[in-house]
Amino acid sequence: MTPVLLALPVLAPLGAAGLLVLWSRNHLGGSPAVPRVVGWGVTATVLAVSVTLLTDTLDGEVQTLQLGGWPPGIAIVLVADVLAALMMTVTALLVLLSLVFAAATGEDDGHMIVLAMVLSTGVYGAVLTGDLFSLFVFVEMMLVPSYVLLIRSGGQRRLAAGQRYVSVNLLASTLFLAGVGLLYGVTGTVSLGELAGAARAPAAAIATAVVLLALGIKSAVVPWHSWLPGSYAVAGPAVVVLFSGLLTKVGVYALFRVYAVVFDGDRRWLWVFLVLAVITMVVGVLAALGERSMRSVLTFHMVSQIGYMLLGLGLFTTAGLSAGVFFLIQYVLVKAALLMCAGAIEVTYGTDELRRLGGLGRTEPALAIAFGVSALALVGVPPLSGFVAKLHLVQAAVSEQHYVAVAAVAVVSLLTLTSMLKLWNAVFTEPEHSAPPDAGRPTASTSVLAPAPAVALFPKAGRIAPRRLLLAPMLLLTGLAVVLGLAAEPLLEVCERAAEGLIDVRAYVEAVSSP
Amino acid sequence: MTAAIVVGVLVAGGVWFLAQPGLLRVIFGFVLLGHGVNVLILASGGLDRRGAPFVGEGVEDVAAAADPLPQAFVLTAVVIAFGVTVYLLGLLRAESTAGDDSDDDSQDDVEAGP
Repeated sequence: MTPVLLALPVLAPLGAAGLLVLWSRNHLGGSPAVPRVVGWGVTATVLAVSVTLLTDTLDGEVQTLQLGGWPPGIAIVLVADVLAALMMTVTALLVLLSLVFAAATGEDDGHMIVLAMVLSTGVYGAVLTGDLFSLFVFVEMMLVPSYVLLIRSGGQRRLAAGQRYVSVNLLASTLFLAGVGLLYGVTGTVSLGELAGAARAPAAAIATAVVLLALGIKSAVVPWHSWLPGSYAVAGPAVVVLFSGLLTKVGVYALFRVYAVVFDGDRRWLWVFLVLAVITMVVGVLAALGERSMRSVLTFHMVSQIGYMLLGLGLFTTAGLSAGVFFLIQYVLVKAALLMCAGAIEVTYGTDELRRLGGLGRTEPALAIAFGVSALALVGVPPLSGFVAKLHLVQAAVSEQHYVAVAAVAVVSLLTLTSMLKLWNAVFTEPEHSAPPDAGRPTASTSVLAPAPAVALFPKAGRIAPRRLLLAPMLLLTGLAVVLGLAAEPLLEVCERAAEGLIDVRAYVEAVSSP
Repeated sequence: MTAAIVVGVLVAGGVWFLAQPGLLRVIFGFVLLGHGVNVLILASGGLDRRGAPFVGEGVEDVAAAADPLPQAFVLTAVVIAFGVTVYLLGLLRAESTAGDDSDDDSQDDVEAGP
C-alpha cells in the first residue's frame, strides 16, 4: 500500500464534511439523502483503508507519512502500526454502524452527519498522529463536534449537561496543552519519535505526567469520571453510541501510546495505573446499581469498563497489554450493541426508564436476543467475547501476582451481571404486578417493526426509512461478540502484535523519526 | 522569571474564576487559563531569542532567531480556544433565552442548532 493512503482517513471525512456544508448551506437540515450517501461512503472507504493498513502492518512494519515533505520533527507525521490500524478499523466500523443506526432513529439530518464526519476525522488523526501537539489538535477536532452533537436537540437539561461536559473537557484540554508546552520546554520536541524514553529525566517525567493526567480525565478514569454519565445520559441515542465507542477510547489509546513511548513502560509507576484501574472498575459498577434507566446504567458501566483497559496498561506485559487491547476492541462493539438496544427502546416507546417498561421479551424477540447476548458478553460469560478478554486479563494479572486486581475483575463482573439482570428483568420479562395504568407501557401491538404512532421523541422519526435499520446494526454487533468469543484466536494474535509494538517501541520510534 | 509570574497570575485568576458560580465566570476563567498556557508555551521556546526565525540572506545570527515551533503551536491553540470560547458564549445565550422553558424533551427542536 502506498503511504499516501495514510492521509486518506484524515482528509476524506474532513473534505467530505466541508463539501457537504458548501453543497447545501441552507439545506443541511432538510432531507438527509445526499449527506447520508456521502457519510456512509466515506466511512466505508476509511474502513477499507484501515483493514488494508492492518494487514500491511501485521508483520511488524510501521507505515509513515511525513505530510508536506518537511523533515521529521517539523512535518506532521502520520504513523500506523498494528495498534493504530486496529483502532482505526474498529472506529470506522463503529462510525458506520452508528450512522446507520442514526438513520433509523431519525437523528441523522445533514448537520449530524457533517459533525460525525469531523468527529471521526479527529479520532482517526489522534490515532495516527506521531506527535503530541497534533494529538492535541486532533483531540480538539474530535471534541468540538461532540460539544455540538451533545446539545443539538436543545432543552434545558441538555444545555446544563453540555455546559458541564464542555467545561470539564476544556479544562482537560488546557491541561494537556500545558503539559505539551512543559514537555517542549524541557526536551525541545513534541515528536513521539524523539521523546522515546525521555521520561527517564525527572523534569520530562513530570511534564509527561501532566499530559497523562489530562488523558486520564478525557478517558473518564475515576476520580475524574463524573462528567461522563451526566452528559451521555442526555445525548441522542445514536450520538451516545458514537460517543461511547470513540471519545474515551481515544483517551485510553493515547494513555497506552504515551506511556509506552515516553515512559518506555517504566515499571516504577505502573502501580498508579493499577490502583486507578481497580478504583475505576469498582466505583463505576457500584454507581450503576442505583440507576433507574437503561441508558444511565449502561453509561456508569462504561466508566467501570475503562478500568479493565487500564488494568492491561498497569500490568505492562505482553499478555496484559494484549488483553487490554482485546478488551477495548470487543468492549467497543458490545457496548455499542447495548446502547443501540437502549436507544431503540427509547425511540420506539418514548422512554428507557425501567419502571415504565416490561414484557418486551415477547413483543421484541430480536431486540431481546441482541440485548441478552451483548449483556452476557459485557459480563464475560463464555463463550462470548467478554469472557475471552477477561480471562486473558486475569491470567496476565495472576502471572504478575496482582491478586487484588484479579479479585476486582471477578467481583466487578459479578456486579455487572446483577446490573444486567436488573435491566433484563425490568425491560424484557413480564411484570409481576400490574404497573401504574398505561404509564407508557407497551402493549403487544406496538413493536419496533410497527412503532406506536403516538411517540414522537424525535420529530423526524416517523418519516424515516425502514425500521429494520434499527435492528440490523445491533444484531451485527451482537453477532461479532459471539464470533469474537468463539473464534478469538485471530484477533488475539493481532492484539499480541499490538502489545509487542508497545513493549518494544523501537520500530515505531524509528518510523516516526526517519523520513 | 517574568513569564513565570505572568503564567502564575493568569492561571491563578483563571482557577479563581472557574471556582465561581455561573457560566460567564467559567468562560472568563477559561480565557485566562488559555492565555496562561499560551504564555507558558511561548516561554518554552526561550524568550531571550527574539530574531526573526528565517534563514537566508540578511540574517546574520541564526543563534538569536526565535524558536518558530512554539509560535506555531500558540497560533493553533489560540484559534481553537477562540472557537470554543465563542461556542461557550453561544451556550450561555441559549441558556439565558431558553431560561423560562420547561424541561420537556418533547418540545425539543431539532433545527435549533447553536
